[in-house]
Amino acid sequence: MRRFLRPGHDPVRERLKRDLFQFNKTVEHGFPHQPSALGYSPFLRLMAIGTRSGAIKLYGAPGVEFMGLHEENNTVMQIHFIPDQCQLVTLLDDNSLHLWSLKQHGGASELREEHRFTLKGPPGSPPSATQVTAVLPHSSREVLYLGTESGNIFVVELPSFRVLEDRTITPEAVLQRIPEDNCNRRSCELVEALQEHPKNPDQILIGYSRGLIVLWDLQNNKATHHFLGSQQLENLYWQRDGSKFISCHYDGSYTQWPVSSDNRQPEPLENTVPYGPFPCKAISKIYWQTTKNGLPYIIFQGGMPRASYGDRHSISVIHGSQQTAFDFTSRVIDFFIIFSSDPAAEFDDPCALVVLAEEELVVIDLKSAGWPAVHPPYLASLHCSAITCSHHVSNIPLKLWERIISAGSKQNIHYSSMPWPIDGGTNIAPDPPQRDLLLTGHEDGTVRFWDASGVCLHLLYKLSTVRVFLTDADPNDNMNTLGEDEWPPLRKVGTFDPYSDDPRLGIQKIYLCKYSGYLAVAGTAGQVLVMELNDEDAEHAVDHAEADLLQDQEGYRWKGHEKLKTRDGPVRFEAGFQPFVLVQCQPPAVVTSLALHSEWKLVAFGTSHGFGLFDHQQKRLVFVKCTLHPSDQLALEGPLSRVKSLKKSLRQSFRRIRRSRVSSRKRRGGGGNASEVQEANAKFDQDALQEMELAPVQRKIEARSAEDSFTGFVRTLYFADTFLRDSSRHCPSLWAGTNGGTVYAFCLRVPPAERRMDEPVRAEQAKEIQLMHRAPVVGILVLDGRSTPLPEPLEVAHDLSKSPDMQGSHQLLVVSEEQFKVFTLPKVSSKLKLKLTALEGCRVRKVTVANFGSCKSDDYSENDLAVLTNLGDIQIISLPFLKLQIRYPCIRKEDVSGIASCVFTKYGQGFYLISPSEFERFSLSTKWLVEPRCIVDMPEVTSNNHVHNKSGTENAARKSSPGDCGEDERKSGRLMEHALLNDEKVLKEIQSTLEGGR
Amino acid sequence: EFRRFSLERSKPGKFEEFYGLLQHVHKIPNVDVLVGYTDIHGDLLPINNDDNYHKAVSTANPLLRIFIQRKEDADYSAFGTDTMTRKKNVLSNVLRPDNHKKKPHIVISMPQDFRPVSSIIDVDILPETHRRVRLYKYGTDKPLGFYIRDGSSVRVTPHGLEKVPGIFISRLVPGGLAQSTGLLAVNDEVLEVNGIEVSGKSLDQVTDMMIANSRNLIITVRPANQRNNVVRNSRTSGSSGQSTESSLPSSTPNILGSLLQGEEESDEEDIIIEDSGEPQQIPKAAPTSESIESLSQIELLHESTQNGFLPSSEMNLNHSAGSVSMEYEVPEAGRKSLEEDGTIITL
Repeated sequence: MRRFLRPGHDPVRERLKRDLFQFNKTVEHGFPHQPSALGYSPFLRLMAIGTRSGAIKLYGAPGVEFMGLHEENNTVMQIHFIPDQCQLVTLLDDNSLHLWSLKQHGGASELREEHRFTLKGPPGSPPSATQVTAVLPHSSREVLYLGTESGNIFVVELPSFRVLEDRTITPEAVLQRIPEDNCNRRSCELVEALQEHPKNPDQILIGYSRGLIVLWDLQNNKATHHFLGSQQLENLYWQRDGSKFISCHYDGSYTQWPVSSDNRQPEPLENTVPYGPFPCKAISKIYWQTTKNGLPYIIFQGGMPRASYGDRHSISVIHGSQQTAFDFTSRVIDFFIIFSSDPAAEFDDPCALVVLAEEELVVIDLKSAGWPAVHPPYLASLHCSAITCSHHVSNIPLKLWERIISAGSKQNIHYSSMPWPIDGGTNIAPDPPQRDLLLTGHEDGTVRFWDASGVCLHLLYKLSTVRVFLTDADPNDNMNTLGEDEWPPLRKVGTFDPYSDDPRLGIQKIYLCKYSGYLAVAGTAGQVLVMELNDEDAEHAVDHAEADLLQDQEGYRWKGHEKLKTRDGPVRFEAGFQPFVLVQCQPPAVVTSLALHSEWKLVAFGTSHGFGLFDHQQKRLVFVKCTLHPSDQLALEGPLSRVKSLKKSLRQSFRRIRRSRVSSRKRRGGGGNASEVQEANAKFDQDALQEMELAPVQRKIEARSAEDSFTGFVRTLYFADTFLRDSSRHCPSLWAGTNGGTVYAFCLRVPPAERRMDEPVRAEQAKEIQLMHRAPVVGILVLDGRSTPLPEPLEVAHDLSKSPDMQGSHQLLVVSEEQFKVFTLPKVSSKLKLKLTALEGCRVRKVTVANFGSCKSDDYSENDLAVLTNLGDIQIISLPFLKLQIRYPCIRKEDVSGIASCVFTKYGQGFYLISPSEFERFSLSTKWLVEPRCIVDMPEVTSNNHVHNKSGTENAARKSSPGDCGEDERKSGRLMEHALLNDEKVLKEIQSTLEGGR
Repeated sequence: EFRRFSLERSKPGKFEEFYGLLQHVHKIPNVDVLVGYTDIHGDLLPINNDDNYHKAVSTANPLLRIFIQRKEDADYSAFGTDTMTRKKNVLSNVLRPDNHKKKPHIVISMPQDFRPVSSIIDVDILPETHRRVRLYKYGTDKPLGFYIRDGSSVRVTPHGLEKVPGIFISRLVPGGLAQSTGLLAVNDEVLEVNGIEVSGKSLDQVTDMMIANSRNLIITVRPANQRNNVVRNSRTSGSSGQSTESSLPSSTPNILGSLLQGEEESDEEDIIIEDSGEPQQIPKAAPTSESIESLSQIELLHESTQNGFLPSSEMNLNHSAGSVSMEYEVPEAGRKSLEEDGTIITL
């Protein structure tokens, strides 16, 4: 009967839960996965990117971003902004057209799909008749010209998408006045390009793929000029004054054509193959930009000599004698030029080249000498090298923040100082409440520091650990170094470089102490580096130690990779985090857990063989403990990290890039048609059922035993000052949890500060707990006398946290993949437990203590556990009573890499990878919410007679009601102020600590 | 051969001492033997612990006749089997903790060698087409030994018959616990795991739930073969009937005995080693006053939901389990007594 007395039906608590917890996916950081289309509005100064999964994202000034998702999830082929409007049209690969508009709602702009349309031909006509190949939004804003595969150009009215059949431009009409010898029905197959005359809106230029170009008079509905190109056409571009246009071709040539009233069928002015004379690849797009000095900028994509450079992804810029072929590491999707949009201006005066490549966005400053790249404030390529781990640090003290920024700015000197040229819209989101850092570790041995405070994930600083080691790759060996007189004049741009020189360099664990500036990183080959922040370049030797984790074991042979070779002697390090200690685990298995205690100056690390503790003050190994089960041969040989050939690692890199084609995007999407969805689900289920019957998958039911493999794998390490031996004296302690459900506790003796260098740190094993269910231990935590988690090292010293309650009795929380258990300390007796797996069949993947503040009252906050399960659900579990508070579905359970990448912040937010290049940011808190909020102003608001408002995007759902927003803003403002005040107070202390530490 | 020697009736000492004395007297220090005596009714009864040793000494009138047999060729059937002896077996079942380990192989028919490997429970509350089976996993000596798979079953719904996904037993490992019980069979549909319905859960989820409960696994199945179902108020037939006998009342002390060995079936008792000393079970903390309510709620909630039993107020505490601390005993005994109720109704 007790089972009906479920806890948690207390109405007061229920209300409080509503004030504390709320789940929102707020913003996607990083670079869109598989971009497929690019658009730009010079009027709005907004850029739009479409992806293969049907998402469109609009970006303007930093912080201004919008996102929309086509219900169909089809590839976005083209994006066209309607001139002088807050509207854009997308063409998907299912030949459907979608009209999106930015509308103000509740004080902020929202992107919404207004209308959709699929061009339908007469009954019986082949699909190619209406397959749209070119889209021209006319400057009148009233019609859209749609070029098709059949050569017909249809005219549709906006925004209703009504086809104006009497205005269709048919190939027959076009061919009427063409000379007999060119009068071939086939010459009007497939409309490749449509361009409106820059001065005369009544004329449009029609380019057919076989080379025929026609200037069409819309008023009189006839062709006025014919340009008989002989090469297969790729694209067209009007010069600013409308006196000439340029066509570019499949054979790598471009041609200038004059347009004058006296010659109706002119010959080309100039025909050039820029990278000839040998056969060249197609030039797929070209710009001809005029300047004051008379020398035009000719900017085109492709055209490289087919045989020797046909594999390059290039965009060439020619300006007088200057010529550069920007060489991209991934395929170029599209590009545009930002130039003077003032119609009265005489010249184009291009200022920037914006290139969307498959894996990154590159912006080139065309105004500055040497055409340097501009550092983008958003759309960072998180996956320049594959992300191997991430670590989040909340509330960074101002001083550390500034030092990291200053170290980063020294790395960015080669970037242009040009302000970000895409600056449409206004960011009206409140300033971020605190300074947050997201650290990502990468396969190539780098750690990137991202400003994760706000909507724009911005790279602050990049740290490389490679310098410490001797690797096969010679740093001076740059494949792209070409001599001055090399032709073509290729110049590598961008940062995307998926090739890792040595997979052993990969970063696996990161720990940053925000108070002291100490950073510990650990990697794939058992390397552990301790670093400190130095504002100057320095040359020094790194202290090197080895930790033999197999000390007591004999007769084993490690068959995995070798340890990394270290560089002897002093190494030059640039300003920033500079390593001073290197510990290498032996055998060099991947480091699976890491903890740093900046106050005690200790670093603990664990692998599949055991764990060790290193005193980085005295540079001395304190102890190692082997956790290996004698029969666990697998762990010993290291199948997790067998020697990989370079070839294999390359292959894996490729695979990783391709991988998440499968990982389709978020579950959100439009409201949709419920019954349709159900039907589809039912069908899917049926299919799934049939599949199951065909190939039954079996699962073995067996209890875990001590002999299972990888039981010694150290999953978690934790430092705590608590009562380990007796209840009268507390002491520093180190806790370790293994894959086999064992918890080890070591009592530490750290000498007082004045004798810190004289006496050794001592450690002694005090306890060993074996969980009978033997599930992997993923989290260890000590709660103080008030049941509050112990503060981080130095937190109390900097007055940022109340000192822990050492009067009441402490409790130990052990989180395994299956259960949460609270034990008393110092005598370990079990007090409470929550058996998650036995009840729900899910397992804990990530767990963190998060602080949740109430949105109603400023002074209430509580600590809870934020838990991510293997099913992708997020659960909040109360402390210390371990009651499930709330559960949200977050990540699809099939998205294993998404679940593995999830990282929680200390204030109830989190990040996970939705693709190799994008983090989804989510929030569990009502109080801490970082989401875009911006306005795009329109000079004139047009009255559109929209039939209905389809809220196809998630925007409507995720925006809070307008009333709340003002309140949020005020509150966050105050919080920021508060945070700053705090910093002023502690700044000096931090500085003194830092100086004292050296 | 015969030996005669004297004992002090008021201070008989411990059984171990007596056993040692016997071995010494017979000069067979390293031979395992079975000790028996004839009681006042003339039945041959075993002496293998302090209690029945004391009982035997107290019944000596004045002579106590002891029979000693070599264990390998012991004739177990010699021991009394009538109703009178069975009552006393309750006493005889409290074992020395290491009794099992000493024996090279499990000897059939000695009561102390019995331990439940499985039982059918909750027969009174389940539909006749379902069977709730409890598997007892002791240490690691025998694998649970079964596999599950996805499949589909037909349900009767308001809309008629409907095909729904389900979880089925796909394979039994020969010699495994699941197979040896005879209570589970290939193609049985799994409906619940430790009281929690599996419908709507994926194969992986159910796998994780079963493994998480592997030390005390209770599976409710709909047997593929419905002919061996338990029929209420009448004796069952076939293999399932035989198996249920393993949970006769005599098994209760065995559970407690196994607790002493640290081979408990539930995972309550994690082990702690303090200062590299001897491993011990972690006791339960006495709830502090502030948290007592929520604590007991949670604990009880888990006990009940996980096992599918309602804690009973009727405690079937065995007086012989005096060395076991109360914290273990209460839930165990409560659970046990109900389980027996179920079984008794079956019989």
